[in-house]
Order: sequence, then structure tokens, then C-alpha cells
Amino acid sequence: MNGATPLAGRVVRLGDDVNTDIVLAGEYLNMTDPDELALHLLERFEPPVADRIGQGTVLLAGRAFGGGSSREQAVLAIVARGVTALVAASFARIFFRNAVNLGLPAVECPDAWRDVADGDEVTIDLASGTLTRPVDGAVWSFPIPSPFVADLLAAGGLEEWTRQRLASLGSG
Amino acid sequence: MHRLWEVALSTTYRSDSRPAGLTTKILAGHGAGDAKPGALATVSCDLVMMNDVSGSLAMRAFERMGAVRVFDPERVVLVADHFVPAKDVRSAELVADLRRFAQRYGIEHYYELGRTEEAGIEHTLLPELGLIAPGSLIAGGDSHTCTYGAFGALGLGFGSTDIASALALGEVWVRMPETIRIEFVGQPGPWTAGKDLILAVLRQTGSSGAAYGALEFWGDVVDELSVDDRMALCNMAIESGAKSGICAPNAAVLEWLDARSVPRVDALVADEEGYDHVLRVDVDGLPPLVACPPDPAAVIAIDELPSGLRLDQVYVGNCSNGTLSDLRQLVAGLAGRRVARGTRLMVVPASNAIHRAAMTEGLIETLVMAGAVIVPPTCGACFGGHMGILGRGERALATTNRNFRGRMGHADSEVYLSNAAVAGASAAAGAIVDPRAS
Repeated sequence: MNGATPLAGRVVRLGDDVNTDIVLAGEYLNMTDPDELALHLLERFEPPVADRIGQGTVLLAGRAFGGGSSREQAVLAIVARGVTALVAASFARIFFRNAVNLGLPAVECPDAWRDVADGDEVTIDLASGTLTRPVDGAVWSFPIPSPFVADLLAAGGLEEWTRQRLASLGSG
Repeated sequence: MHRLWEVALSTTYRSDSRPAGLTTKILAGHGAGDAKPGALATVSCDLVMMNDVSGSLAMRAFERMGAVRVFDPERVVLVADHFVPAKDVRSAELVADLRRFAQRYGIEHYYELGRTEEAGIEHTLLPELGLIAPGSLIAGGDSHTCTYGAFGALGLGFGSTDIASALALGEVWVRMPETIRIEFVGQPGPWTAGKDLILAVLRQTGSSGAAYGALEFWGDVVDELSVDDRMALCNMAIESGAKSGICAPNAAVLEWLDARSVPRVDALVADEEGYDHVLRVDVDGLPPLVACPPDPAAVIAIDELPSGLRLDQVYVGNCSNGTLSDLRQLVAGLAGRRVARGTRLMVVPASNAIHRAAMTEGLIETLVMAGAVIVPPTCGACFGGHMGILGRGERALATTNRNFRGRMGHADSEVYLSNAAVAGASAAAGAIVDPRAS
């Protein structure tokens, strides 16, 4: 997951304002097993998309993806499904944090939301800040992650980052 | 207990002495220095809080990080509030996880309904306990941690892994926000409350217009607001996309703090010119407002609603509007009438202390005699957990903060949001009605 290898996947388009209640409903927050949470991912999204989300999916959403609740279970369910990356016109703050904290790349690219179709195969290169559709060579640009966020993603998430930090401080 | 305030009291603010609001000054004083909006900074936490929903994931991550102690047991608060009383075996396990974590790491600030004398919904409970001081920075494993802005504190909501890291290190990474001064102008009309002020803001910002920003509330109306109404105001800041909402302590807040021996921070003063943006919100003669499903920012005046919106449920509670003031407004809205046949009125005092005070005042008796169901302090049905879940096609009016699709139950149920007086009048009518007309 270091920025050197482009990420690749097939796009599943969502919508604007897909909040975390839609990503994972509150009734499932008594669960902690990622695989079990994943069974309920986007269960209430219309039109139904949940069956198409799996290994190698790139989720593409519009404005304010992941608004509302801080429930990390929503991102945990996405990760457990094997989603490669999140792309959105914009993200809600906590959801963005939860994604990169779990090592899941999340990039803001309004142009991709405007142009890229459901089912398109795309590659994402974090280091150069480009999203490419190999079939026709179309390219969209997005701001490259800040050095800190790139570090988090390279470490695989905040858990490993903090583990290293604690080790370097010589304390647990 | 006073040790809790060392960081808050020793804060020094920006060295470049540019004018700034409270948010920027608090972040600066917690390690962000002169970092500009958009830059990332690491800031120290005066308090780290988690609940039974964010807790289990956080404590597992904490242990996988190799942490063997929390950064400061006195600065960690654990509140079992979402699924209490445990609604099923899984919920009981989440609460048990939280309890074990408290025991293992020597955390005294553990609160669980029934098991501890003081208990309730986290964002209502922490200020009640005197744990929230002006100028402090609180990292909470819940999006409505912004509620603490009511006390001039910076409450930031996080997911579980952030909280795990904060438990281990006592710090979090933040993106420095652009600050937005919300300038309220005028005096709201009758039957309005803090809820209507924030709904008026959301009507202008929409659900993401303040994304990544920090709201600061200004205006005469804010200076005069009660503590409960300030909490309602700051609680829904996140519904604009903002990371926080805050107001400078007023006389009511200072009285609240004094009653709990929480020190004041006189050095913390917001500079009026210190904001990236200013949003003027005219609330003169404001009528009660309602947020229509499925968007807390889909706000209209109550008299613009179509009439005859029948209600299956009225729900008064949660971290935005389950206070004693809300229960009083609810009773005023009911105005001596019974709850309409065919409508459930669920009342959830947000804490044990509020429940006790409402009993002493006779509010609970009045509500029960009117046909209300009193639910013990819990986040309950607000987030679709338990204690008042909506079935297919059901419609509710709630004093809560979110009305997303399926928020309180079935995907094809509806939630409208309002203040508690509107809830009272509507419970009596069995439909959403204007308390000014009933």
C-alpha cells in the first residue's frame, strides 16, 4: 500500500450525501467482527449495490461521503469487503480519517465523480495524484496525500504508525 | 480532580499574535502552534472519551498497538450509553469490554447506567460531572463530541482507531480548520430554543457547507442562552460538516462551572476579526423550525410544513435535547393535554441527574399521566439502537440530531427534527403542529 504501486479496481458509483447510517446502519453497531459487519455494508443504499462490492472495488461517491456518525464499523465493513480505495467529490471529516487510519486510501476528486462511470476499470496512483481509466487513457488529477497521510497509508494505518511511535518512545 | 486541568490552564496561545477565534487558540495552545488552516498538526488531549460502541474496537486496536498503559488514567472517561440497558447479548459484551478496560488500566471515570450512581448520555454526563473546562481539548469516540463547545471547550469527534492512539499517546493528529464566525442577529420568537438556532444555521450551510471548518457562535442571543440551549446549539455543529462548534462562556456557563468547582480560563478570549469566514444568520422573530427527512439541514419553518403529518412516535431525548429544559418545554407544549391516541411519546432524560430533577419538579409524573413512556437515560432509538425503533412506514418527530434514511429503524421510516415544545404540542395532536397555534 505504499504509493509506488498504482491501485486498481472497478468502480461502483454511489451518490451524494452517502452518510455512515447508509453505509452501515446503527442496528449493527453491536457487532465487532469485520466479516459480519461486511454482510450489512450499504444494505439500505438505493438502488442496491451491495452485491457488487468486493475484492478490487473502487467506491466512487459524490459530495460529503461518510457524513454523520463516527462509527468506524462503517469503514471496517468496507475494508473487510476488499475495497481498494475510496474516491469522492468530498469526504466528511471523521470518515476520511477512519479510512486512512485503517490504511484505506481516500482521495478527493470531484472531476472523477463527474466523469467516471459505474463499472469503469480505473487505476489510482497516490504518488502522482492521478486516477486513470486505462481503456481510453483518460486521466483525472487529485491532490496528493499530505506527507503524514502518505506515511499512515504506507504503514498500513494508524495502528501500525502508533505501534512504531510507542516502540520509538520506548514505552507501551 | 484538578490535575485534569493542567494542560488547559497552562496553554499559551499563538506566538504570531494574529487575531484568532477560540478554536484556533485552543489548538495552538495544545501543540499546533501557528499552523495555518489546512496544515496538519499534532495536539495533546485533556480528556479522551469513548463509549460502548466506539470502545470495543478502540481497545482492541490499543492493545494491538502494543500499548500497556493509557496516557493518563485520570484523563480517560468511559461511558456505556448507546446500548444500555444492554438490549441483547452482544451489547452486554460491549459494555463488559468497557468495564474490563476500566479495571485493567485503572480508569476511575467509568459510567454505566444502573451500575454507577451517575450515568447517562456521554455528552450530557461529562459536563454535569464537571469534567469539561473552558479551553480544554476533548477527543471523543463519538461525532457529537462537539457538544462541549457550549462550555468554551473544543470537543472533537473521532473513530475508534484515533481514540486508541489517543489513549496510548495522549495526542491526536488534526487538520487545522478554517474558522467560521456565525453571527446571530436579532431575537428569536416564542416557542423557540437552542435547537432552532442551530437549525437556522443548517438551513444556510446545508449538510456539508462547513466541511472541515470550525463554527464559533456569536451574537446577543448566544450571550443570553442557557447552558442546555448552548449544548443543543453546539451539538449539531457537525451536521453542517464542521468538526466543531463553540461559544465563549457566558454568565450561565460560569455559574455552572463554579457550581462544579471547574476553574475558569480568563485568558481565553476570541478575537472578533480572527476568523476565515463570517456567516450572518438572521434569527429575528424566528419561528420554530423543523428538519425534514432525510437531511438535518433540510430545514423549514413549521408553518411551511404540509398540515396533517400524522405521527406514530414522538421521541424526546438524546445528546442534543434531553435536558431538564427540554422536559420543561415538552410539558409546556403538551399544555395539560394527553398524548394523542395512536401516537407513542417516548421521553428519555439524558442523565440520571436530569431524571431525578424532573421527578422532583413533577415533570415525570405529568408526563406519565399524560401517557408518555419514560425511557432510562440511553442513546436508545436516536441511532436506531433500541427503545423506540420505527417500523416500516412509521413517522416520528424527534428532538434528536439526525434524520437520515432509516436512522431510527426501518429504511422506510421517517424522522422529523424539532425542539421539545413542538414535540409536546405534536404529541398532543398526533401530528406535527405549531405550538404557537395550539
